[in-house]
Amino acid sequence: MKNFEQIVSILKDNFSEIEFTVNIENEFDFYINVNQKDIFEVALFLRDNDELKFDSLMVLSGVDDANGEKIKDADGTETIKGGTLSVYYHLYSIEYKHKLTVRVATERENPEIHTVSTVWRTADWHEREAYDMYGIKFLNHPDLRRILMPYDWEDGSYPLRKDYKNPEFYQGMKIPY
Amino acid sequence: MALKTEHMVLNMGPQHPSTHGVLRLEVELDGELVIDVRPHIGYLHRCFEKHCEALSYPQIVPYTDRMDYLASMYNNFGYAVAVERLAKIEVPERVDYIRVIMGELQRIASHLVALGTYGLDIGAFTPFLYLFRDREHILSLFEMTCGARLLYNYIWVGGLSHDLHPDFVRKTREFITSFRPTIRELNDLLSYNKIFVERTANVGVLPLETAINFGATGPMLRGSGLKFDLRKDDTYSVYNKFDFDIPVGKGLMGTIGDSWDRYYVRVLEMEESLKIVEQALDQLPEGDVKAAIPKKVKVPKGQIYSRVENPKGELGYFIISEGKDAPFRVKVRPPSFVNLSFIGDLCKGHLVADVIAVLGSIDIVLGEVDR
Amino acid sequence: MGLLDQEYLSDNIIVTRTEDLLNWARLSSLWQLGFGLACCAIEMMATSASHYDFDRFGVIPRASPRQADIIIISGTVTLKMALRIKRLYEQMPEPKYIISMGSCSNSGGPYWDHGYHVLKGVDRIIPVDVYVPGCPPRPEALLEGLLKLQEKIRTETLRKSV
Repeated sequence: MKNFEQIVSILKDNFSEIEFTVNIENEFDFYINVNQKDIFEVALFLRDNDELKFDSLMVLSGVDDANGEKIKDADGTETIKGGTLSVYYHLYSIEYKHKLTVRVATERENPEIHTVSTVWRTADWHEREAYDMYGIKFLNHPDLRRILMPYDWEDGSYPLRKDYKNPEFYQGMKIPY
Repeated sequence: MALKTEHMVLNMGPQHPSTHGVLRLEVELDGELVIDVRPHIGYLHRCFEKHCEALSYPQIVPYTDRMDYLASMYNNFGYAVAVERLAKIEVPERVDYIRVIMGELQRIASHLVALGTYGLDIGAFTPFLYLFRDREHILSLFEMTCGARLLYNYIWVGGLSHDLHPDFVRKTREFITSFRPTIRELNDLLSYNKIFVERTANVGVLPLETAINFGATGPMLRGSGLKFDLRKDDTYSVYNKFDFDIPVGKGLMGTIGDSWDRYYVRVLEMEESLKIVEQALDQLPEGDVKAAIPKKVKVPKGQIYSRVENPKGELGYFIISEGKDAPFRVKVRPPSFVNLSFIGDLCKGHLVADVIAVLGSIDIVLGEVDR
Repeated sequence: MGLLDQEYLSDNIIVTRTEDLLNWARLSSLWQLGFGLACCAIEMMATSASHYDFDRFGVIPRASPRQADIIIISGTVTLKMALRIKRLYEQMPEPKYIISMGSCSNSGGPYWDHGYHVLKGVDRIIPVDVYVPGCPPRPEALLEGLLKLQEKIRTETLRKSV
């Protein structure tokens, strides 16, 4: 079992050219930030390294950071411009019983992250869900379609974004109460 | 001369008696042989995560009920544990004990549905009626405690909505004595039944390496032979005070990790749950179950991923708090969602009738898959 | 109506109206489309199982809509599912009846406000005969709903309304 500092130092020793920023807010809130172009490499390393062996991806979650510029619309709702969307990876090693949280941030206007579904198959549907709910595009994903919402749901309409506006009708059915 | 055959695509669901709800499977067939199974989900997507961002922490509890509606108690339990860890709320010991009792009874009830409907899917009607009879028994215990049969809203952040009914302990002991013979009966009726074994052994084999990489948890993972249970390996509440075994698949009827193994792990788990409930009843401390319920749940800025062992596998809540009344983001890691995602790999090369045998052995609840 | 409790054995000619006979036949053998949506489906299953025994009212689950008389909408109707439900309803032969079971299919239930993917009431797509309230309704409530539907069928008429 390794603690957070040890894991970070193993990562820093092995990747000299990749930048990791460590975020420690309180005793729960600690994770490492990885740039979106490096995530695949880092993920593969985390899984296969003998000291780390993160063989299980517990959960992959998309998050709308809502840190962009908030513009008030005429009808009182908000639209968010700029800022980031992020993806959190919660990893666990069944053998060593240690955990790690990795965060990858990506631009809100053009969110693209390399898939990790070839590293952990668990990520397959979770990534599809993040695409469905936040519109984050996972590059090289084998089958990136909407998963929970209907396939013919309006393009560019991602329900879990903080500035989401529900359409009035879907296929002739009224949606609001 | 070889005949060129075209693959046939068979559509199963969303209305189908064996899909356990509104799941749609697109089955690609070469004659009777399954080439691929592609699940289509989302027919019960009820926007749980959006609701979480609009409601306060205690208000979310009833919505967690409605995710895995066969194991509502455990969803409450998992959510309460997550929020309490983040908000640093200490609960009285009695609360923890009652939670464990309820959780384990719920595990039995959930497995009873899983096993009963599994028999039903394979073509055995009688076990279903027997098991539902005993499930009603558990439901009446829950009803006695909190007034609801299915969706309880019982385990709150910091405590419980009601203390136990004075008769609860006696009635639960009665249930335990009456239920042990049912497990034996079930084994005679279904588990070792020749037809049932023929239908499930060596079907849908999930090797351990694959199981871990695919993210299988719960009876799926244990059926593949790994002794891994969050109640012991990432313990929460008071589970470390009880003595119980973790049953694993041994390949008694075929290969390790086949559908029969997954089925049988559930049967053995019910026995273990009974043991836990018995111990918890013996040690049940006194106390006020509402003492630690905060008037207003204040959660500091921060985030947590907290997981518990739901009857179906690892149920995790990822909560990000900005220090406000409502969480900033709640992501649920539903066990059935992940367990279902690789059904295609389990069914490949089997016959079309085996798709049902594999699907039943996964034990999915669509409310949780789609949330 | 009391067809059976009258002197049935001593005199085996029964005089009744065609309407009454048809209604009696219909209401005593309502075959249900075996189809569950969400949480309420579990209570529907419990109603069919040993403790409550739906069968004693002549309700048997049928897997095909073409052989069913009644559809119980048991749970949340989402937008993705709504069109399928409509199609199932259209595939059923006349006469057909609908019981809407639980708050979700009555009105959207707990998802009425933020449910961006929930249809707020199944009566927006198909006509409902009986609403059973509850979240979820107890099996007794569903049985009561069925009895109400039987009452409704009992008073049906073949004549055209003017």
